[in-house]
Amino acid sequence: MNAIEVFHASKIYRRYSRRRQFTTLKSALLSGSLIRDLRPDETFSALQDVTFTVPAGRTLGVIGRNGSGKSTMLKLVAGITKPSSGIVRVDGRISALIELGAGFHPEISGRENVFINGIMLGLTKREITRRFDEIVEFADMKDFIDAPVKTYSSGMYMRLGFAVAIHVDPDVLLVDEVLAVGDEGFTHKCLDKFAEFKRRGKTILLVTHALGLVERFCDEALWLDAGRMQGLGDPKRVVGAYVTDVEVTEERQLAAGDAKAQESAGTISPDEPAAVLPDHPIETAEAPGDMFRATEGRWGSREIEITDVQLRAADGDSGHVFHSGDRLDIRIRMRAPVALDDFVIGIGLFNAEGVCCYGTNTSLEELKAERIFGDAEATFTIDSLDLVEGTYKLDVAVHRLDGYPYDYHRLLYTFRVKSRTKDVGIYRPRHAWTFSDGVRFEKMPS
Amino acid sequence: MFPNLVRLLRYRGLIQSLVARELKARYRGSVLGFFWSFFNPLFLLLIYSFVFEYVLPAKVDGLEPYALFMFCGILPWTWFASSLTESSNVLISGGNLIKKVLFPAEILPIVTVLANMAHFFLGLPILAVFLIYYRAPLGFPEILWFPVIVFVQLVFTLGCALILSALTVHFRDIRDILANILTLWFFATPIIYPMGAAPALGRRGLNMNPFTHLAVSYQEVLFYKGDFGHWKWLLALGAASLAFFLFAYFVFDRLRDTFAEEV
Repeated sequence: MNAIEVFHASKIYRRYSRRRQFTTLKSALLSGSLIRDLRPDETFSALQDVTFTVPAGRTLGVIGRNGSGKSTMLKLVAGITKPSSGIVRVDGRISALIELGAGFHPEISGRENVFINGIMLGLTKREITRRFDEIVEFADMKDFIDAPVKTYSSGMYMRLGFAVAIHVDPDVLLVDEVLAVGDEGFTHKCLDKFAEFKRRGKTILLVTHALGLVERFCDEALWLDAGRMQGLGDPKRVVGAYVTDVEVTEERQLAAGDAKAQESAGTISPDEPAAVLPDHPIETAEAPGDMFRATEGRWGSREIEITDVQLRAADGDSGHVFHSGDRLDIRIRMRAPVALDDFVIGIGLFNAEGVCCYGTNTSLEELKAERIFGDAEATFTIDSLDLVEGTYKLDVAVHRLDGYPYDYHRLLYTFRVKSRTKDVGIYRPRHAWTFSDGVRFEKMPS
Repeated sequence: MFPNLVRLLRYRGLIQSLVARELKARYRGSVLGFFWSFFNPLFLLLIYSFVFEYVLPAKVDGLEPYALFMFCGILPWTWFASSLTESSNVLISGGNLIKKVLFPAEILPIVTVLANMAHFFLGLPILAVFLIYYRAPLGFPEILWFPVIVFVQLVFTLGCALILSALTVHFRDIRDILANILTLWFFATPIIYPMGAAPALGRRGLNMNPFTHLAVSYQEVLFYKGDFGHWKWLLALGAASLAFFLFAYFVFDRLRDTFAEEV
């Protein structure tokens, strides 16, 4: 038996045009358009033709970007709004954890609010009386339950709201990204409660950005994008598809961002370097002082010009999103109209905070320049990109041994490193854990 | 519409708690608390007494003391006017609830009207004490009409509150117009003047005003000696109010689905 059935549900919100915003009752009555004006003329589809069912006792995770219609869908299932077309059917008592503590009155005590909130959510007075201690216990609010709600911290407010909602004992529980409510301990308590619901055969609809939770906890996942269904089924598969799609989008955004930075940097004329950077010895990324404070830009005499920089993955595709441990090739194309023998090619790698993660150049690595002329190409290969997850920027430069810049590209190239491990720091050394007999671990189900 | 009306019965527990909360919250933090519901009408009565005794001595035969006569009309009018003022805003200020929690929105204007009715009841003892002190004891058979008048006013006020709250969601300017309409309405009702003082033509106009019959009924039952002669009007108004309430509920029900998107 299905607890939730959604057939071809669409939701259209109306948007106001300027004219409509200033419609008044008087003008509506005068022009006789009262009823007509209550109909939408400019619309926005928040959901389009969504169909799915959740059998009783199953857990469905809903994922998707911001604004993809997840919350609208939850509201449809909760019955707070009606679908513009299609059918939404829910079997059993619903409790929606959409906004915690909605309807708390700030002036009266937590105790009274628990009762009113509980009644609002569909409990009877007697049921609340019976569960009251449990609710207070769960919210961990024994000492403050008789204080007016306006004196609560936002965490207390949310916790109490969550505690009431979860004690409604629903058949269908709708959860909208509320696990970020409390500290670690409280989050665990919530997860335990969800697990208990699952065990007792309740149906759960979970809207969240915590993809790990969806993979671990849900029987099925639904991926919404711009109001349309992109995927439905096995959580691992759907989450995987979603993550890939997010990477593609990020890739596009990074590419667009880089193009913009390079374009604006390109407008700096080669005569200006002195203004941008006083004549002061420039080495590669290790150079101290102002160097580190300089923002994105490009300068240099262009006697050697960097014409193109590409980041390439192992398969040779250029891209902007890489996984930790992947191979990364930085291919630098240069052009030297006149033959030169005094030049150094350098690379600097910075994280989002501007910390230099690594920097090197051909001179430091004891390569003596002999000659460059015409079109040339240099490739810097990182066999294993051992960086933690984050966004990184690249400096790429060609300059004279004494620091005089030919062409300096400062922070013009961005890429993202993704990692399944949420480790921290700047650098991930190759590592392994080994244990003696006295200590044992079990691999966590991912 | 009718299933929804029946469903409302299931929510009476919630309505009850919300009215109680409304009353508790209003005076929470003030020293005198609930007593303000007594003192406010008392002060009002004292001020009127002072004004019409010393500042603008009004001597109308059969209306002694004049302040008490006015008070019989002003007390129910306050219930009516503040119910309307508050309910015009109640869906918008309760928007969070409507958008995030599943419960019938009409509860909000209904609670507003009932909470104001509770204030009205709290003002009655003051009125009763002064009436008994200045006038003869309240006439026995007429006083039985009092609950009927209150009920008719309740139905009428509920109808107005439902329509107002629903329309204000779509036309916010109602909130601003309302204060002026209420002032006009107040003076177009025989509250500070007796019905008999109006010329024949004006009287016909006054009869068109539903609140006239409520005010006159209150005055006849509470203030004037003698029989309650206005009962036909009252019953007619009662029937009309019931029809109006159903119409208002119908409008509210039709607009219900738009609230969550508009507030």
